[in-house]
Amino acid sequence: MTTIQTGRRIPDRLTSPLSRALKSWEALLLVVAVAIFVLNSVASPYFLDPWNLSDATFNFTEKAMIAFAMAMLIIAGDIDLSVGAIIALASTVMGVAMTLGAPTPVLVLLGLGTGLTCGAFNGLLVARLGLPAIVVTIGTMSLFRGISYIVLGDGAFTGYPSGFAWFGQGYVFWVITVEMVIFILAALGFGILLHRTNFGRMTYAIGNNATAARFSGIRVGRVRFILFLLTGLMSGVAAICLTSRLGSTRPSIAFGFELEVVTIVVLGGVAILGGSGSITGVVLAALVMGLVTFGLGLLNVPGIVMSIVVGALLIAVIALPRLWAMLRRG
Amino acid sequence: MSLLKSREAILALAILGLLALIASRFPGFVAPANLAAVFTDSSPLILLALGQMVVILTKCIDLSVAANLALCGMVAALMNGAGIPLPLILIGVIALGAALGAFNGMLVWTLGIPSIVVTLGTMTIYRGVIFLLTGGAWINAHQMSPAFKAFPRTVIAGLPVMAWIAVVIIAAVALLMMRTPLGRAFYAVGGNPHAAVYTGISVGRTQFAAFVMAGALAGLTGYLWVARYAVAYVDIAGGFELDVVAACVIGGIAIAGGAGTVAGCVMGALFLGIIKNALPVVGISPFWQMAISGAAILIAIAFNAQSQRAPGRIILKRAEHRT
Repeated sequence: MTTIQTGRRIPDRLTSPLSRALKSWEALLLVVAVAIFVLNSVASPYFLDPWNLSDATFNFTEKAMIAFAMAMLIIAGDIDLSVGAIIALASTVMGVAMTLGAPTPVLVLLGLGTGLTCGAFNGLLVARLGLPAIVVTIGTMSLFRGISYIVLGDGAFTGYPSGFAWFGQGYVFWVITVEMVIFILAALGFGILLHRTNFGRMTYAIGNNATAARFSGIRVGRVRFILFLLTGLMSGVAAICLTSRLGSTRPSIAFGFELEVVTIVVLGGVAILGGSGSITGVVLAALVMGLVTFGLGLLNVPGIVMSIVVGALLIAVIALPRLWAMLRRG
Repeated sequence: MSLLKSREAILALAILGLLALIASRFPGFVAPANLAAVFTDSSPLILLALGQMVVILTKCIDLSVAANLALCGMVAALMNGAGIPLPLILIGVIALGAALGAFNGMLVWTLGIPSIVVTLGTMTIYRGVIFLLTGGAWINAHQMSPAFKAFPRTVIAGLPVMAWIAVVIIAAVALLMMRTPLGRAFYAVGGNPHAAVYTGISVGRTQFAAFVMAGALAGLTGYLWVARYAVAYVDIAGGFELDVVAACVIGGIAIAGGAGTVAGCVMGALFLGIIKNALPVVGISPFWQMAISGAAILIAIAFNAQSQRAPGRIILKRAEHRT
């Protein structure tokens, strides 16, 4: 939301692709991930157990699914703070359907449908009516979760059909969970969408200069609408996984998810003001976050202290490069 | 005619309409004593919304105010437990709140990090620090001294001290915004940062001042909150930052900065306060409140955008309507 723009520096020589790759944010993340992995395996003898590591992926798979869509949304210059609330509403809708006796496929369709509807609502307000994304999604955050509270009050839905448990508790092969497979498919899908299609190029163009993008014939409103739709859809997917894993729905489900999703995206090197970022970075950032929280968990660090680490991480990853640049400029 | 068009007038009419609607079924709600109680109950929201208003005017946002409030409230309770007299506690929490706000402001000013990222981070950090201070323990009423609890409730001339503090702060902020160079600088920075620089206003320093002010108000409110409800724990005022932003948005503070008034902000907070207090009276479950304030935010933003859209704008202006 800051607006002071300094002139962009134009490079006076070409850098080789190899040195660029080595100096990239992704390379730094990879080093950090490996370092945390080694530190963790030294700090706790239980870390290297394959089943423990498999369990650890639950720390980030659901959030990372949303983070891919959120990354594209932020690259286009928008943001969606209502993702946690969309999960709550989608989970509540599934819970209502479950009490009416709906079978698993219907529950899944309803979860996805609710996510899409919420995303469409956000997209309509932001892309169509031109309202600022931050306040719109702060508003829908209250609205969506508020509807869950109206339906559920202080109660909860439990007793999902056993077939539904497959999404959050099932294994495809050995220690590979269903959620991990969804995570990998989402990473590939969004990676291709952002880096290999016209739609991805349009996303970058809009994030860098929406007016120029409009003049070059990109239907800015429609692209932004679709991005909100995708974020809603992925929140619906995450709602299915989370509800299935917990086996219950409370209105406070996924509270504060938006913070961790945005942290993963920013940690992944996506510029918060839009215009740049990569899916590879987001995947690595999700791994780093997962490893950090799992490692701290093994060391008996309470959840709220971990959230300090997450918050500090969010600020540090943005502050340190800027501090470094300031010091070098003198 | 121009009076009818101003946002404050419309908001005032909306509040009167709301009150009339409630009064038509429960006349007791609009009795002066009850309205005073509603105002007192809304005081924390008003104080925080005023701080948030100043931050939003400078094109920033502070999502850490509720966490700041909770941390300062806990520190106030701990200071009270250590036997420190009330005036020192008050000075202490205001200073602490200002320092926490200054931390946000420094990151925004010197490193140019977007305020939403900074305050999303400090929001969790400040709450985490409360846990580190207490190990998650609660401080309950019997662990607080009577004077500590009594101060916000002491009635002077018909209103509790808490309400008087709100009145004084509203007047002080109004004076600051309208009559001092700093107050005008807040508007200038938000209205057009580049022009502000050319007139000799430092954008970063003004934003820093806004964060310090919001922080100091959150610190003061932290003490009032803890003393009034006579309990302090990690999660007090959880999610309150959304109510604060909602009050500002409903009050017509433009989220893009540079436009908004103290009167609008106070009325936005009162609007939410009246709804919150009226729901149980009208017999609607309090669980409705979250959805209602969400809907109120959305209606208010749509309404603000409608009135700001000048006729005959150049083509493609919509592409620039972005945060």
